[in-house]
Amino acid sequence: MSTDSAFTVPRFAVEKQRLLAQLREVLPALSLLVDEEDLRPYECDGLMAYRQLPLIVVLPENEAQAQAILKICSALKVPVIPRGAATGLSGGAMPHRDGVVLSLAKLKKIVKLDALARTAIVQPGVRNLAVSEAAAEHGLYYAPDPSSQIACTIGGNVSENSGGVHCLKYGLTVHNVLRVRGLTIEGEIVEFGNAALDAPGYDLLALMNGSEGMLALITEVTVRLTAKPELAQVVLASFDDVTKAGDAVASIIAAGIIPAGLEMMDRKAIHAVEPYVKAGYDLNAEAILLCESDGTPEEVAEEMARMTAVLRQSGASGIRVSQNEAERLMFWAGRKAAFPAVGRITPDYLCMDGTIPRKNLARMLIAIAGMEERYGLRCANVFHAGDGNLHPLIMYDANVPGQLDLATAFGGEILELSVKLGGTITGEHGVGIKKIVQMCAQFTPAELALFHALKRAFDPEGLLNPGKVIPTAARCREYRLTRSAADGADNASVNAATRY
Amino acid sequence: MGEKANSCLERWTGRVRAAAAEKTAIRLRGGGSKDFYGQSLVGELLDTREHSGIVAYAPSELVVTARCGTPLAEMEATLAENAQSLAFEPPHFDPGATLGGCVAAGLSGPRRVQAGAVRDFVLGVKMINGQGELLNFGGQVMKNVAGYDVSRLLAGSLGTLGLIVEVSLKVMPVALAEQTLRFDLDQEKSLNLLNQWGGQPLPISASAWAANSLHVRLSGAAAAVSAATAKLGGQRVTPEESTAFWLGLREQSHPFFAGDAPLWRLAVPATSAVLALPGEQLVEWGGAQRWLRGLGTPADQSIRIAAEQSGGHATLFRADAAQKAALGVFQPLAAPLGRIHHNLKLAFDPLGVFNLGRLYPDL
Repeated sequence: MSTDSAFTVPRFAVEKQRLLAQLREVLPALSLLVDEEDLRPYECDGLMAYRQLPLIVVLPENEAQAQAILKICSALKVPVIPRGAATGLSGGAMPHRDGVVLSLAKLKKIVKLDALARTAIVQPGVRNLAVSEAAAEHGLYYAPDPSSQIACTIGGNVSENSGGVHCLKYGLTVHNVLRVRGLTIEGEIVEFGNAALDAPGYDLLALMNGSEGMLALITEVTVRLTAKPELAQVVLASFDDVTKAGDAVASIIAAGIIPAGLEMMDRKAIHAVEPYVKAGYDLNAEAILLCESDGTPEEVAEEMARMTAVLRQSGASGIRVSQNEAERLMFWAGRKAAFPAVGRITPDYLCMDGTIPRKNLARMLIAIAGMEERYGLRCANVFHAGDGNLHPLIMYDANVPGQLDLATAFGGEILELSVKLGGTITGEHGVGIKKIVQMCAQFTPAELALFHALKRAFDPEGLLNPGKVIPTAARCREYRLTRSAADGADNASVNAATRY
Repeated sequence: MGEKANSCLERWTGRVRAAAAEKTAIRLRGGGSKDFYGQSLVGELLDTREHSGIVAYAPSELVVTARCGTPLAEMEATLAENAQSLAFEPPHFDPGATLGGCVAAGLSGPRRVQAGAVRDFVLGVKMINGQGELLNFGGQVMKNVAGYDVSRLLAGSLGTLGLIVEVSLKVMPVALAEQTLRFDLDQEKSLNLLNQWGGQPLPISASAWAANSLHVRLSGAAAAVSAATAKLGGQRVTPEESTAFWLGLREQSHPFFAGDAPLWRLAVPATSAVLALPGEQLVEWGGAQRWLRGLGTPADQSIRIAAEQSGGHATLFRADAAQKAALGVFQPLAAPLGRIHHNLKLAFDPLGVFNLGRLYPDL
């Protein structure tokens, strides 16, 4: 194993022909891709700015085939990169040049849906939305609803600990998964969690959530289903000032209300979305909040009255309450289409994903406005405000030399400020390759060393998704050297943002 | 951080480093309220109560950060002043119970099904590993996927992976209204009803069945609670009785738990049929947590086998040392999981300093 300095991913000496010969013995021909034209669709995930062709792509049809693949790869010391629908935005599924991409696309059966127990056992390639669709006839649904839920898969959701717009009340993936069945890199079957509410020993189920395919290959997941609320209603509030909108978020929570959804969009996001979706957003607003209540009709009426009162007191310039389901969906349609809407007005964009304490939302928005000036790039902001989870969308043009680098630096600055404001570099999109450098800002060398040791506890040879998530000590030393040189300037910018 | 707190952490990291160098064991202990739980108590005592106090609490952030030695009662009182609470209703088992012990033990109370378990509320930890390094994982925010989720891993690890010195927990507003209902029903009918209700949008926040009596607690908006009360029927329990009942259940002062007979905790799917095991049963969590004890409780692994066959596991929750030694406290792990556990212990505590053998004999 050596290190390629250009990509700082570990390299592996792999005998491709020997590997292929062994894989052919355990897989049907259609489950093995080797020609460049077949590999091309697998060269990246949702982080399209970074691409790498894999050596081979395998598509097992069942757990036994996946097990055989892993046994071969671990014996031959070949890296394995698990892949679901590849909607991830941090490059977690980006291939390795010496490695096998293991696609779980063919494992897409809902194995069992138990309405009485309110659980569904699904294969990892089942789409998020397909679970809710299957559960609908029983008055149940699967609560986590990432924006990509039409396409993204449960295996990927577990790997990234995906959120969505309803997690303040209903939790993240980790709160809605009861059991993960998988394979170690050696091909042994492991069960994390079980059919009960807890399992003996360490909470390895919690550890699997958000582990980005680094610890074990997921082959089956038991998810918890939730009773569908009788009614949901949303209030759309406009603000002429972002600080007022940020403060309104804190006031709603302080009033003891846990909204089913609490989302914020800034002026640029509103102006990208409204012409595209015609959701009825106020084009004069500096920010809008979408605040949802769900439950029994009586409960919703009570909560909507309390929420609108808080929003009024917080200085909302306009308040609209959805009068029926069609209107509620229309209000949400704008928020849900925010990413593609921004995609229409710019050749390319980078979607960031930091989380900060809610009280700092306005401060962050003001700081981002300052960064727009300095980098000469526009940024539209979409927040899961209830969770303090930010999705700034930095617009750039990849065809203009240097703009990708500028956008990357802009994004890096947002993430570093997130850490300084008491938050984190990723709320729900994962580290992958995109934020591996910022991990050096969030963690000390001793903490990173523990992450590496934890990884080895599952995967001693480092074959599962190598080079992702946890930076090497050498890489962080380099990062710290360059940052300490720039530190004076950096602190000045934070202070400037504070004074603004 | 206060100067006193800083010097305490310096002493602790120094002590852990020395223990690692000398290969001596340390036994972590807060108020000692859960000394009964788990297997052996080995090593020189490190009393975590010295490092105490709430570090940060802003109600509008729904997060509280406090040091490990903070009494649970003190934390709950502070949260209650702001109409917030630890929604997982942790058992104290003694007035001296601390936050660190609560997270390390990983035990949740009656509200677990509706609200979630301890680990669901852990947002971040500051810890000392077995090499005496002070480390931070997670943070004070609701969503955080930077690196592996070490903070949640520590919940329920019984101090075997490291010394938790500070924890950030998500807190929740206290429900505006509450009503407990009582039904005279046998266990089978109760389990059926609980599972049916569980699939409906009802604000059920706790349930308990014992001695042919089913208690169900509703919590939420006033309108939701009164609508559900009308729908479910049963006898209404007064607020005073209700508070006493759920507290007695959480603290195991309910008559079911009296006496010295061994107490088993079975975590099973809520839909499991009535477990045909000798001894008395008390059922919580909508059927997902079943307590078993009394005369005739089998003194062999048949309880574990029954739990495993139903898809769950069994813990010898309270028993004397001889029974624990004979049967083990926790369900044995499948071989690959056992190996991962062993490797994780080595990653966090390579020289074997913390709470040796408390969870499993080889950890």
